[in-house]
Amino acid sequence: MPDESLPIDEPTGGSQSAAGSILYLDGVTVSFDGFKALNNLSLVITPGELRTVIGPNGAGKTTMMDVITGKTRPDAGDVLFDGRVDLTKLDEAAIANLGIGRKFQKPTVFEKLSVEDNLELALKGPRGTLATLLFTLSAEAKDRIDQVLHLVGLAAKASLLAGQLSHGEKQWLEIGMLLMQDQRLLLLDEPVAGLTDAETAATAQLILDLARDQSLGDRSLVVVEHDMEFVRSLGAKVTVLHEGSVLAEGSIDAVQNNPRVVEVYLGR
Amino acid sequence: MRSFATRFLLTDDRRFWRGFALAGALFLVAVPLLNLLPGEGSALHLPNYMIPLLGKYLCYALLALALDLVWGYAGVLSLGHGAFFALGGYAMGMYLMREIGTRGVYGNPLLPDFMVFLAWKDLPWYWTGFEHFPFAALMIVAAPSILALVFGWLAFRSRITGVYLSIITQVMTYALMLAFFRNEMGFGGNNGLTDFKDILGFDLASPATKLGLYVATVVALGLSLLLCRFVVASKLGRVMMAMRDAEGRVRFLGYSVTATKLFAFVLSAALAGLAGALYVPQVGIINPSEFSPANSIEVAIWVAVGGRGTLVGAILGALAVNAAKTWLTDAVPEAWLFFLGGLFIVVTILLPDGLMGLIKRLRQTKAAPEAAVEKKHA
Amino acid sequence: MKALRLVLVLASILCIRPADAWAADAPSGDFESAVKALNGDSYDDKIAAIEALGALADGRAAPVLQAMLDGHLAALPDQSLVISENGAYRDALTGAILNDVKADDLSDITINNRVRGVLDGVLGQLSLKSPDPDARRKAAQAMADRRTPGAAEVLRAMLAGETDASVRSTVEAALGTLDLLSPDRSRRLAAIAILAGSSDPNVKGQLERLQDGEKDPELRKAADKAIASITFRLTLINVGANLFQGLSLGSVLLLAAIGLAITFGVMGVINMAHGEMIMLGAYTAYVVQEAFVAWLPPTVIGLYLVVAVPIAFLATGLVGIALERGLIRFLYGRPLETLLSTWGISLILQQVVRSIFGAPNKEVANPAWMTGGVDMTGGFTLTWNRLVIILFCLAVLGILAAVLRYSRFGLQMRAVAQNRPMAAAMGIRTGRVDALTFGLGSGIAGIAGVALSQIGNVSPNLGQGYIVDSFMVVVFGGVGSLWGTLLGATSLGVVNKLLEPYAGAMLGKILVLVFIILFIQKRPRGLFALKGRSIEG
Repeated sequence: MPDESLPIDEPTGGSQSAAGSILYLDGVTVSFDGFKALNNLSLVITPGELRTVIGPNGAGKTTMMDVITGKTRPDAGDVLFDGRVDLTKLDEAAIANLGIGRKFQKPTVFEKLSVEDNLELALKGPRGTLATLLFTLSAEAKDRIDQVLHLVGLAAKASLLAGQLSHGEKQWLEIGMLLMQDQRLLLLDEPVAGLTDAETAATAQLILDLARDQSLGDRSLVVVEHDMEFVRSLGAKVTVLHEGSVLAEGSIDAVQNNPRVVEVYLGR
Repeated sequence: MRSFATRFLLTDDRRFWRGFALAGALFLVAVPLLNLLPGEGSALHLPNYMIPLLGKYLCYALLALALDLVWGYAGVLSLGHGAFFALGGYAMGMYLMREIGTRGVYGNPLLPDFMVFLAWKDLPWYWTGFEHFPFAALMIVAAPSILALVFGWLAFRSRITGVYLSIITQVMTYALMLAFFRNEMGFGGNNGLTDFKDILGFDLASPATKLGLYVATVVALGLSLLLCRFVVASKLGRVMMAMRDAEGRVRFLGYSVTATKLFAFVLSAALAGLAGALYVPQVGIINPSEFSPANSIEVAIWVAVGGRGTLVGAILGALAVNAAKTWLTDAVPEAWLFFLGGLFIVVTILLPDGLMGLIKRLRQTKAAPEAAVEKKHA
Repeated sequence: MKALRLVLVLASILCIRPADAWAADAPSGDFESAVKALNGDSYDDKIAAIEALGALADGRAAPVLQAMLDGHLAALPDQSLVISENGAYRDALTGAILNDVKADDLSDITINNRVRGVLDGVLGQLSLKSPDPDARRKAAQAMADRRTPGAAEVLRAMLAGETDASVRSTVEAALGTLDLLSPDRSRRLAAIAILAGSSDPNVKGQLERLQDGEKDPELRKAADKAIASITFRLTLINVGANLFQGLSLGSVLLLAAIGLAITFGVMGVINMAHGEMIMLGAYTAYVVQEAFVAWLPPTVIGLYLVVAVPIAFLATGLVGIALERGLIRFLYGRPLETLLSTWGISLILQQVVRSIFGAPNKEVANPAWMTGGVDMTGGFTLTWNRLVIILFCLAVLGILAAVLRYSRFGLQMRAVAQNRPMAAAMGIRTGRVDALTFGLGSGIAGIAGVALSQIGNVSPNLGQGYIVDSFMVVVFGGVGSLWGTLLGATSLGVVNKLLEPYAGAMLGKILVLVFIILFIQKRPRGLFALKGRSIEG
């Protein structure tokens, strides 16, 4: 694997400041038994931004998601939300309640619960044990669930068990759950993996709609993807990860013509 | 109010309420009447010894119900629930010991016999208050709950799950068993607490008191079942089930897994304590063997036999297995362990959904042809 | 480990046997007449005869004198003497067995206290010349303990001719205790210097008594120092004894846990019937012992244990393979179900054994070469059975580590444990590897059972006592790490035994369990955790 001949260049994020960002990663390092999954990673996402992240296998994309959502603690570096909240001190639930939502690489829905129940659990609202115990579904909440069911095309399957859905439907249900949470930052890990071309196109449209619809305040999205066509169709700023740090950043065309990116993707 | 009832008591579930009413009529009306009305010689007469025996089964059923709440719904297989059961039992036993008063062998007004025997001069501080029933009743629920809270907090916070959790719950009950075997602990050591005389002034030896305790057990079990149904039907119940199947995902939705598990674990421990407290006056003794890990594992098989995650199944499983135990240990004593061991294997391999799953399957196969017939006619 | 046992057997045959065959002295009329004179008319005559026998320094004299002291010497009507032992009689002169002696014909040879004293002394002196170093040592010690007048001179004379180092040190110490009472100041001083090297609590007591009566400041100071150094040594010995106990317990835990480290640690199977595998191993030892008693000559009985080890390994290994193929393989990836169904197996196995062998405990005897032990100073004995088990358990661990590390099977086993689909893709028959791995773990449990049969009773619920402990050891040490298991077992064993003097056995155990529960909070994956990218979704 490459490569000591490459000059280590200063990641673009490093020069920016945390102020005014929705997500700010600086010098984040994570190592597992000596293997550095993330190596001095820096990344800044501004409010309302749609960002795509690409990179070969093992580049650290999923680990980056794990660090942001509190699943993995970094060995070094800063991870700030909203320019001030230190995410490295919080657990997954607290981070979710701050306004960060995540869709997993492998669709993870609650298979023994109905589609409707999956959405209801994701519904924004108090998360305390007692509040959950005594919770009753209000009319507005019911409407919201119906709305999202239609949006993700599962209205007809609302009372089916989530386990009975197809792979693509599960992907969409999970996106629907993200919508129910009404988060300020959405992290989508390979949202079109295993989808048909038509489904992929529809998903791209849904993501673009989400990024454009800022009626409920600023909403930022980070999409991790392998599929270059999909990334191109989103037309957003692209960050290329390689061996745990940022290799290049810019428009899809600029990135695809970057000789180092070509080298990493195609080998020497 | 109507929506509350539908939502939390699931009044729409007709089949459950029919069964609930039937079981209530059987256990609360038929059993006492059959015990009281027909003469001794009558074929319909339910002999007196059957009443505490049935009461004992129902206590086990309550314990199984408690375990099903944490295992079947929250996915926490506790193999130490016998410890909560025993703690509730000891709390009740301590009250009953104080009730003996001067009627003990040594006639000491303050100290139970075993303390006099050990030449103790004073009542240990933790025995104070147990002469008052309300205080003992509080401790019956509080002692297991506090243990569950502390232990559960330590374990769930560190994300100890699956078999690791099962193993350390076993260690918990094992350590408590060793502790209660020690005379110095002040709980009667090896012999435990026994020779009780009366409860709330009623003679424990009289058939009427026994019937009263039995009725109390039936009521406690019925109310506990409704409480558990309320919990599992709530949104929290669905969070539990979601957590059971994909614990990590629940965290990313912003729910505290630790708090949810603790809620289920503590509630379950309190119910187990209640079961233990009702058990002790009906069998007349509580000793450290109730803490033995083997006992706790056996509870898991009652739940599995009935079908976990169904509540009602846990109750059915406990009644069925214990009835079989009583019959087998009497008829073919050597066969009991073969039967129990075989049950563990057969249920996990062939009947993963237990009796409830079997009933459901039978009903579906019965319903399917009927539906087909209806279609033809239409 | 078999080789080790063999070495121990040989060693025991060669060295530990008392050297009883002393050279037959030339038959002499002196010996015969002196023995006859033991039946003298007066006590004075008897004493003269005893002293004459002592002066002869004839090896044959000792048993006769001993019999006389014990009251087992008697005279036949023809005045010849016989020794009675357990109802049989032998000629005092030749040692030949006599069959036609009637108890009524015998007249006892009486002795009084004076004769007894002389007998003691002479027997002691005879033993001092015994060819057996052990006997010499004992005799010297006995002589010093009895404080017979002149004993110091006898011992000093003996020391001059003694070459055996261990006998010399015993005699020097014995002499020291005698010299402490000597009126000669320089003798006392020299004695204190010698005794300072002792680690006998009795010697410490004698020195303290000396202090009470001693006026001389220099002597007092020397005694002070000597007492301090003995006290220090005694403390060390005490700690050493506790450590040995702890190591011994640790090795038992380790033996019980090694098999589990494979089935649970490497394969991830929660086998609640692991304890019953241990129990089956112990019963195998019992059956082999009974077979030896029934069919083989008693001379080879000591070897039954050596035979039992491989048999137990194979028997429980086969049971393990059957269990894996018949049940556990259907439950991979469902640990809670595995836990419950193997618990069912454990109940059934217990009942099977109870039905065959009955509920009461069976006794499996230690073979001769494992009984007894080495007496260390300060009243602390390294018992052979515990020592053998410690070594045996280390050997098992070493062999297992080597098998895992270097053999082809070990490689396949690790491959399957790490990445099953990949291993299968490379042509490894994973099902076969699973079965053999489980068989290996169960077989080792069986060996553990053989070892446990040597230190306790064998009963159908033997395994139950170890299951919780073994899981603790594996979890504490870190799942999947043999060295973690070794460290976990020894540290738990040692901590348990070090706590015992302060907290009592049960409380000590409770404290250890509570400690482990708390420890798992901090390090949920044990001492030797494998850190890695989290496996779950």
